[in-house]
Amino acid sequence: MYRIPTAVICFTLLLLPLQALPHKAFLLPSATVLVPGETITVDAAVSNDLFYFNHRPLGLEDLAVTAPDGSDAAVDNRSVGALRSSFDLVLTQAGTYRIAIRRSGLTASWEEAGERRRWRGSAQAFAAEVPSDAPGLQVTQIDTRIETFATAGAPTWSALKSAGSGLELLPETPPNDLVVGETAALRFLLDGVPAAGVKVTLIPGGTRYRDQQAEVIAVTDDEGRFRMKWDQPGMWWLNAAVEQEPKADAAHARRVSYTATLEVLP
Amino acid sequence: MNPCRWSWIWVGMLSLQWGAALAAELGVSVEVPALKVAEYHRPYVAIWLEGEQQQIAAHLALWYQTGKGGPEGEGTKWLKDLRTWWRRGGRALQLPVDGMSGATRVPGTHVLHYRAEHGPLAALAPGSYRLQVEAAREVGGRELLSLPLDWPPAAAATLRTRGVHELGQLNVRLEP
Repeated sequence: MYRIPTAVICFTLLLLPLQALPHKAFLLPSATVLVPGETITVDAAVSNDLFYFNHRPLGLEDLAVTAPDGSDAAVDNRSVGALRSSFDLVLTQAGTYRIAIRRSGLTASWEEAGERRRWRGSAQAFAAEVPSDAPGLQVTQIDTRIETFATAGAPTWSALKSAGSGLELLPETPPNDLVVGETAALRFLLDGVPAAGVKVTLIPGGTRYRDQQAEVIAVTDDEGRFRMKWDQPGMWWLNAAVEQEPKADAAHARRVSYTATLEVLP
Repeated sequence: MNPCRWSWIWVGMLSLQWGAALAAELGVSVEVPALKVAEYHRPYVAIWLEGEQQQIAAHLALWYQTGKGGPEGEGTKWLKDLRTWWRRGGRALQLPVDGMSGATRVPGTHVLHYRAEHGPLAALAPGSYRLQVEAAREVGGRELLSLPLDWPPAAAATLRTRGVHELGQLNVRLEP
């Protein structure tokens, strides 16, 4: 155990829970527990329901797969359809792979000719494309991660290291070793330090065939940790978001979010 | 199940002991049931001894489609369907393992016999264990049977249980 610096505690007091986003982004792997040499197909979509494709595909421009040895792994057969995008990954190495989409940049909205305009892009493009004196200009710095995991053979940890920026999940229980009736320990870091007091939402898939979301809410402790006892098998959607003071001059707020798909076996 | 046949199997196993130095023995008989299903594949079966921390203390047997030449590709890719065995340590094994892994078995009763001084039991520390038998069948189900036992056994005993879906009768014979 170690003490959390006072600065961290004060800092986390600034974090506010976000309203739930209207749509849910996810990566959906065809399997997560495999034998080395096997192939998985991963779908990527933004939907209302878990895990169905009913809104739009998730772009794969910012996709990065980390192999068990920490190197970048290539994916095959990328395609973007009307409702979901898709790619294949061959698990050539033994161990745990992290499949991630990370997006960071700025979003802006302002009034123009009586209408609300919306924009999203990099900090460099912002200066050129968004009028800094636009009426009602609201700029938000965003940093989003959407992840899932797959393991060939025994779980390993090298692909799960922190990058030290944004909201990151550091599993203490291997993310492909989740079983009904057992309790998993998971930690969140925000910019590399424990993210305390973060509200984490977990929703089991199959929402189309039930009347309630059946969401489970957990809150991280001083070390950024929360525990989850799985009450049903299947794919689970995990989401957390924080809003805080911006780190970019032009922005009015910073919104950092993390989403993962985790498979729980019976 | 014919009880007469059983007793002969045990007598046969005991007779092996008479000529050897006195050492504990473990006999396992597993029934792979004959199933009337549209598409039958012989089950994958793992048999192991598990310690109190759920770790695998001794791998006893693994029956799966060995080799690469099968019409459905390499058999090792289905080993993960033996979910409990896979998690407890099967996923860390380099297969095949001499004396432990072998081809799938036809329906019927299969008898395995182990001595304390040889093979997988040679390194087994005295303690409480569970004998675990897990079966998974392609396009079928999965079943795990468990029998607690102490090793080495203090007295001769026969432990019995029975599966419902993918396994039939399971008997374990302990000889001190």
